[in-house]
Amino acid sequence: MEAIFALAIGVLTGSGVWLLLRPRTFQVIMGLALLSYAVNLFIFGMGRLVTDKPPIINQEGAIDPSLYADPVPQALVLTAIVISFATTALFLVVLLAARGFTGTDHVDGREPDA
Amino acid sequence: MTLTLVVLIPFIGSLCAAFLPSHARNAAVWLSGMVTLACVTLVVSLFPDVAAGQVVRAQWNWVPALQLVFSLRMDGFAWLFATLVSLIGALVVLYARYYMSPEDPVPRFFSFLLAFMGAMLGIVLSGNLIQLVVFWELTSLTSFMLIAYWYHRAEARRGARMAMTVTVAGGLCLLVGVVMLGEIAGGYDLDTVLAAKGTVTQHPAYPVMLSMILLGALTKSAQFPFHFWLPHAMAAPTPVSAYLHSATMVKAGVFLLARLWPVLHGTDLWFWLVCSAGLSTLLIGGFAAIFQRDLKGVLAYSTISHLGLITLLLGMNSELALVAAVFHMMNHATFKASLFMAAGIVDHETGTRDMKRLSGLAHAMPLTATVALVAAAAMAGVPLLNGFLSKEMFFHETIFAGEGPLIRIVLPAAATLAGMFSVAYSVRFIHQVFYGPLATDLPRKPHEPTRGMLLPSLLLVIACVLVGTLPGRTIGPFLNIAIGAILGDETPDYSLQVWHGFTVPLAMSFLALIGGIIFYVLLYRRSERALGRAPVRAPVDGRRAFDIVMVAIIRMCDRLIRMISSRRLQMQLLLIVFVAFATAFVPLWGYGWPAGDMKLTPINPIFVVLWLVGCACAIGAANQAKFHRLAALIMVGGAGLVTCLTFAWFSAPDLALTQIAVEVVTTVLLLLGLRWMPRRLEFDDPRRRTLRARARRVRDIVLAGTVGAGVAILAFAVLTRPPVEVLEPYFISRSLSEAGGRNVVNVILVDFRGFDTMGEITVIGVVALTVYALLRRFRPAPESRVPPRAQREDAAREALESGEGLPRGYLRIPATVARMLLPMAGLVSIYFLLRGHNAPGGGFVGGLVMATAIIVQYMTSGVLWVESRLRIHPQYWMGAGLMAAGIAGILAWFAARPFLTSLEWDGHLPLVGDVHLSSVLLFDLGVFMVVVGGTVLMLIAIAHQSLRRPRKTLPPDDSVETPVRVTVAEV
Repeated sequence: MEAIFALAIGVLTGSGVWLLLRPRTFQVIMGLALLSYAVNLFIFGMGRLVTDKPPIINQEGAIDPSLYADPVPQALVLTAIVISFATTALFLVVLLAARGFTGTDHVDGREPDA
Repeated sequence: MTLTLVVLIPFIGSLCAAFLPSHARNAAVWLSGMVTLACVTLVVSLFPDVAAGQVVRAQWNWVPALQLVFSLRMDGFAWLFATLVSLIGALVVLYARYYMSPEDPVPRFFSFLLAFMGAMLGIVLSGNLIQLVVFWELTSLTSFMLIAYWYHRAEARRGARMAMTVTVAGGLCLLVGVVMLGEIAGGYDLDTVLAAKGTVTQHPAYPVMLSMILLGALTKSAQFPFHFWLPHAMAAPTPVSAYLHSATMVKAGVFLLARLWPVLHGTDLWFWLVCSAGLSTLLIGGFAAIFQRDLKGVLAYSTISHLGLITLLLGMNSELALVAAVFHMMNHATFKASLFMAAGIVDHETGTRDMKRLSGLAHAMPLTATVALVAAAAMAGVPLLNGFLSKEMFFHETIFAGEGPLIRIVLPAAATLAGMFSVAYSVRFIHQVFYGPLATDLPRKPHEPTRGMLLPSLLLVIACVLVGTLPGRTIGPFLNIAIGAILGDETPDYSLQVWHGFTVPLAMSFLALIGGIIFYVLLYRRSERALGRAPVRAPVDGRRAFDIVMVAIIRMCDRLIRMISSRRLQMQLLLIVFVAFATAFVPLWGYGWPAGDMKLTPINPIFVVLWLVGCACAIGAANQAKFHRLAALIMVGGAGLVTCLTFAWFSAPDLALTQIAVEVVTTVLLLLGLRWMPRRLEFDDPRRRTLRARARRVRDIVLAGTVGAGVAILAFAVLTRPPVEVLEPYFISRSLSEAGGRNVVNVILVDFRGFDTMGEITVIGVVALTVYALLRRFRPAPESRVPPRAQREDAAREALESGEGLPRGYLRIPATVARMLLPMAGLVSIYFLLRGHNAPGGGFVGGLVMATAIIVQYMTSGVLWVESRLRIHPQYWMGAGLMAAGIAGILAWFAARPFLTSLEWDGHLPLVGDVHLSSVLLFDLGVFMVVVGGTVLMLIAIAHQSLRRPRKTLPPDDSVETPVRVTVAEV
């Protein structure tokens, strides 16, 4: 499973970086979305892959940490997901505004000369 | 305690003055008057201690980890300066009461004036060098605000900027020098530094350190070649010029040199650097002062010249010269502040400061003329006035300054010449303004000012006369303790007497007096016009040099940016990605294949299929984002869905919930945005087929592939190694016992790391407001203004736009279902919110579910229908949410716990049963409300754009479109 997980992150990152380097604003937004999936999965993976051990404590008395997945990367990723939503919204609006002002959806605000 | 109050009171007063209404002129004056008088009283009350040779101290820990202590320290020298600063401050406040016009926003003026006074007292009383630099920069800052007080004037803005640039750059150098000095001396405490005298000058870093400190001191005290900012600072109101730019702030440089004199002096380097700066400033300033047209210009250059004199004295490496320097600091402050006030009176009563227009004012305002005459005489060094005494000491020192024929002849000669200049501009100042026929074409008819305006100037002049006639009885004891504080046992014998017999210095004094008068008469005879324009231009024009340097710096930055960066976003992103890759790659290269030794989990075929789909979606989206946006959006959503399932698979239910909710909201958002994007490009665009375009694509593919592979390998390397268990056991084992929650992820978010979450919801609020603001003035591209065909031909559209009842056509059933779902969705979202602490859920998920339910109404029932019924006012929700989170944090204070500590309450309510309440719930409620408010605000703002109508009747640049009315209903 680790290999598949790693490969998935790789493919998401590759697609994201490719789109990031494209000239149209919508491509860049899509790229950022893919890249944020990859990064979130990567951070999440830092807690290692464990199944059926959600970090929700279901025992009383002394608690054995080995029965639960690492909650720290999960907490980090949770905030990252919400923030990436906010940035996507902001980028979208900047894109629309820039499009209205410059008349093009090229990332530099004007069509390339060549 | 008294010492602390001395520094604290002006700042408190400044804060109070800042909150006064802008026309509260008298209140501001009373406040400032009380503050300055309180400072005077406090400082004076400390005199017995200081006179007994004690050093009064007050200390607090500042940054204990760095052994930084906030320390105030008052010895005799500091006392003398503190008295000067607070006394002249009080007089200036009184003067400014009458000087400032009722139309000016006076409280702002007094607020900055008091802040300056606090900062200046801070410099004087600092017992720590770093702290001294902090106050030093504060004076630069307040000086900037005061010079730019009349900011509608271009010269004021320009002068303020110039003063700020020069003094702050100097302050930066000073910081470097002070840090070096502290390291050499073994501590930043002033006592430690002063105790290291003798060793500092031997240190190999001494030359660099000295240059840095001198750069700071000389820029502040307007010494050549940094003198040019001071005349431009005269754009400030005259009370500011009198206070900051003659009596106190510009003295900070020489004050510091005198303060550190025991440690730094004694070397040839000190002598040459300080003396050459002082001597050149003395001569250049004095010469330039003779030819100024502006009344305040004369005084500004004369101030520069006198500061040069003080610097020169400090550079002479002689204890007696130090005495003369300190004495002259006091004397200069007295007569120059008085002269500035007189100049301000002239300006105020006649309406001009042009010396060519002013004449014969002694007929109209004899009292002012007398006061100015005496002050100017003190400036010129006329016997029986205080200026004479210190100048006499100065002449005496120049004779014995050093060996070598050059110094022994040049220095006294230069001193006499400077004395002549001083006499010449003093005579000119008085003669041109106050004598001759009374000018008739002045903007206002001159008359004597109100008594309150003349009083401060008069008091200062009386001080000049008293010190000049009875130096031993007046300034003597104070000067003694000040000098004693600097020099200790090495205090030389000096005599403060008016008459020393027929000596060489006396001869030099008279030579200067007679020579100066002759010089002026010759100039006046030659041509009246010569005055107002210097016959010899200074070889270096400071102002032009300043401009040239500034322009050069900006050009250099431009060039540098062009060299190492690109204006094109693609190139910038390429560099960022490449550098990020290289940073990870270089240190890891050489470790071989990174697989670790942890046992791999068995492969599940379903997971494989899942990610085959996920990868296909990602690659498909990468391929289609340019040509088929909707397809790309769907495929990105697919990849997100697979990500969400992966979270669920690997024991992260909270993440899965959040991800799916965010996925829905994001997709709707982007769908709403698609409407406003330009026509999509054709696949067979000829530009795509050029060699360059192909090469670029190959390069990007290679980079994207490499980065993807690198990240995959890195992830694999980590996943196959056992985790380092530091944080996990900590949070898992304490979640239930300390925070009372079973869902550890939620507990981390709202309790352990609640402060982070608070920052995060603030960001969401800021982003939502930004989105809203950006769309208020949204101008869609021309081809997007016409509604798309599908919308025009849609039968259901009509009903949607009318905002009445249920839509007709195919939307009827979805709309009915969605309306029925709304309360359920609300219930579910509250359920998620409430159970979040112990089971998957929480404020984020709950908020997103609620927001989604509202968005669904938009999609099925149209903007008008929803907006006319909306009871959610997004801005209020965000505000209330932030407030709830903040209150939840502050509640902890009432239990004497740190901010955001969770508080719990268990109790029994009738009918309800056992209730467990926690401040964490309030916090999570805040998160919930901000998420609902922020998300709804963003989506509504975009959705609302579809109500825009093309306005063909209006010119296209009319940007005042209908603002997004986010909520209508407030029934």
